[in-house]
Amino acid sequence: MSEYNFAYLDEQTKRMIRRAILKGLAIPGYQVPFASREMPMPYGWGTGGVQVSAAILTPEDTFKVIDQGADDTTNAVSIRTFFERTAGVETTTATSDASVIQTRHRIPEKPLTEDQILVYQVPIPEPLRFLEPRESETRKMHSLEEYGLMHVKLYEDIARHGHIATSYGYPVKVEGRYVMDPSPIPKFDNPKLGDMPAIQLFGAGREQRIYALPPYTKVVSLDFEDHPFEASKADQVCGLCGASDSYLDEVIIDDAGGRLFCCSDTDYCTGRRALGHKGPAFPGSEAAA
Amino acid sequence: MTPLLSVQGITKHYGAHIGCADVAFDLYPGEVMGIVGESGSGKSTLLNCLAGHLAPDAGQVVFDTRADGPKDTVTMSEPERRMLGRTDWAFVHQHARDGLRMGVSAGGNVGERLMAVGDRHYGDIRGKATDWLERVEIDAGRVDDRPTTFSGGMQQRLQIARNLVTGPRLVFMDEPTGGLDVSVQARLLDLLRGLVRDMGLSAIIVTHDLAVVRLLADRLLVMKSGRVVEAGLTDQVLDDPQHAYSQLLVSSVLQV
Repeated sequence: MSEYNFAYLDEQTKRMIRRAILKGLAIPGYQVPFASREMPMPYGWGTGGVQVSAAILTPEDTFKVIDQGADDTTNAVSIRTFFERTAGVETTTATSDASVIQTRHRIPEKPLTEDQILVYQVPIPEPLRFLEPRESETRKMHSLEEYGLMHVKLYEDIARHGHIATSYGYPVKVEGRYVMDPSPIPKFDNPKLGDMPAIQLFGAGREQRIYALPPYTKVVSLDFEDHPFEASKADQVCGLCGASDSYLDEVIIDDAGGRLFCCSDTDYCTGRRALGHKGPAFPGSEAAA
Repeated sequence: MTPLLSVQGITKHYGAHIGCADVAFDLYPGEVMGIVGESGSGKSTLLNCLAGHLAPDAGQVVFDTRADGPKDTVTMSEPERRMLGRTDWAFVHQHARDGLRMGVSAGGNVGERLMAVGDRHYGDIRGKATDWLERVEIDAGRVDDRPTTFSGGMQQRLQIARNLVTGPRLVFMDEPTGGLDVSVQARLLDLLRGLVRDMGLSAIIVTHDLAVVRLLADRLLVMKSGRVVEAGLTDQVLDDPQHAYSQLLVSSVLQV
């Protein structure tokens, strides 16, 4: 504990990152470049999110980490332990108890409040990357608001699959201006991005970009008039808690093709089961009947 | 009558080398201008300066815009110029690969310009794309195929469809028939001639192939070492060349 500055990063670095965050909040959806530091974990493990979290954490904060909705997977456990050691902050798995939530690929099912900050880990911040590989060109397209190309991707989806098959990292337009990659959250979560009371911060470590959505920002998922956006999920209920309104993971449970659908948000699922809800995976439960 | 494009004193240097020097001409609506000359004579430099891909060192390119009348495109703001590039202007590259998105289906390629100017109805976009594929003689059934599966001639025709779908008024063409074999060239030229006449397009065609300008162009500029050495009606220049270089150029054409 005494070997590290609070939350690992030195104060000058945190200051630099906070500046980038403030600029990002001032221009919602705009990708602010920042001098990303080497972190004691590999790129792709959430170095961007960790740096943003480190810059905003205070000793009074309660910290939660989600990896694909779960609190107990490698990424979540290692980042949580990292901040327990370097910042000594309280950690929790309960969404409502946390003041800072770092997330990879999900937004919690439980609605967030104005007292919370949601930090996303972003692998590729540039929504136009796979259509236009030149960074100089995509920056120009952002600055001149030339977003026709984004629709070419959606057009291709419909032409090939008959519907918009992009199911995660679904591009959104922020406050009618910047097109933004919401990080690889399922498009089921897209409607939660807009009008959210909590601050949303996005950090991409390898790509050295930070962007942000201030509270109650207008966020619209791109679509066509005759193929409107649809927040989709598996057409099942959670096998463990019976929830029909949460995003589900499909889990293979044996070698005979047995499958289980269950909430990807473990905190939400645990909370429901504690209240006595039971899914069809338990014989004799309400939903199995 | 206001010229659609009025070019004055366009000069571009590459360091000490001259790209093109002091080129001036007027292009009127519905007119097709050919620019011929040998390799390195500054044809493509000139075309790129006109189309806004290169910034000229000196000179004016005044375009008669729909909204505001004649405007110098060299000094106008970049968003305005890029808007022109998506709407009133079209650019056909020599290599179709430069002008197409090879990873995107034919329909997506044609639809891109429509979506860039704000079309948001999938059915309409697809309808227009299919219609344009047919107009450039590509089977509508191939609308979802990628250009990588197309032959060179088809790619070039697809590039033309992609450019003309927003109904531009001025088309820049850089060696549109280069690299195609003669029978495919003939078909493409026939198609281009039809489209130019039907849509009342103005065009500037850069080529080293005199047969192409004979078929398509109303007027001709002959360039050598970055300068225009002769200008006039196509038939006049080709049948009775005045400048020594034009004479050389015309007499160098192989006769079969």
